[in-house]
Amino acid sequence: MIRDFLRAAGDSPSEYVTHHLKHWQVSIGDGAFWTINVDSLLVSVLVGVLTIGTFWLVGRRATSGVPSKFQAFIEIVVGFIDTQVKDVFHGNRSFVAPIALTIFTWVFMMNALKMIPVDFFPGVAASAGQEYFRAVPTTDLNITAAMALAVLLLMFAFAISAKGVGGFGKELLTAPFHANGTLMKIVLAPFNLGLNIIEYLSKPVSLAMRLFGNMYAGELVFLLIALLGAAGGNMLMEAGFAAKAGGALAFIGAVLAGAAWSIFHILVITLQAFIFMILSVVYFSMSAESH
Amino acid sequence: MELTALIAAVQSNTALAIGIIIGLGALGACVGIGIMGSKFLESAARQPELVPMLSGRMFLLAGLIDAAFIIGLAIALFFAFANPLLSAVQTAAGG
Repeated sequence: MIRDFLRAAGDSPSEYVTHHLKHWQVSIGDGAFWTINVDSLLVSVLVGVLTIGTFWLVGRRATSGVPSKFQAFIEIVVGFIDTQVKDVFHGNRSFVAPIALTIFTWVFMMNALKMIPVDFFPGVAASAGQEYFRAVPTTDLNITAAMALAVLLLMFAFAISAKGVGGFGKELLTAPFHANGTLMKIVLAPFNLGLNIIEYLSKPVSLAMRLFGNMYAGELVFLLIALLGAAGGNMLMEAGFAAKAGGALAFIGAVLAGAAWSIFHILVITLQAFIFMILSVVYFSMSAESH
Repeated sequence: MELTALIAAVQSNTALAIGIIIGLGALGACVGIGIMGSKFLESAARQPELVPMLSGRMFLLAGLIDAAFIIGLAIALFFAFANPLLSAVQTAAGG
């Protein structure tokens, strides 16, 4: 703890923040495109495997008799997601509900890493010799954009499986502006196509930006609170009563603000995972139904 | 001296922009949450049996209403700590 204060004392506040916002990057080719954020990939895959493994283990050992407490918890989660999907998605949900469960639990677990103090993972990585490490994968736009892209591809898959390639193509050209005559249909086709492309692109962009923005802003506020605590710690080490009193006040303020923001973030983490999941299901159901 | 003045100009404009982004974003989000919350309380008082269904949707919409503000906040804080406009000035002065 004191070590962190001293490290933050050596850096200026903006250096501290920008240091914590840098990814562990490895370049595997020419140009910025081939740069890989190793920390995001590593943590997201680890968390995903851990979550799926837990669900798999519980599912394999599930009994129809008196369930253990953990099995009951997993059943509550599965039942909750299934009810939500049933409200939104009409039709066979044997494929949609598992996707929704995966999205919800994965995003929730990735977000939940924020509950671990901001200096913990960079500190551990620094002692292992790695200078930059950002632990929360959803504060990386690449991860949220990749998830939103997967949702977009699934939207196409649902549309094509429900309407066929021809039906989907026809709908792209004839909705939302419907016409009766052949001539008017041809005139309206480019506008319909343009509107549909905008509609299909805006959905994943808003999904990705919403999750990323929420998590990134939360991360920055946590960093600012940590800075306040570090500044208070530095002042405590100075001589003089005024400096010590100010430092103690700043430190108490940081503890209170950190607690309040963490409690608020329990809501935000769950809510953003839920919104990502439910909007994906809404988009699936929109593309599976015909206009 | 010239460079310092240029950097100060960029930083002052950025600071103003950060204030406007956070302030106006918070204004809009608060008005939206307020309208939705009052409607939720009204409908909860009228039909208390619908409260479980409505509260779930209220939280969903609260997240949606907050999203634009939070995205704005993230961008504003990004500009506060790693201003990309400033590096343009610095490279222009150095090059």
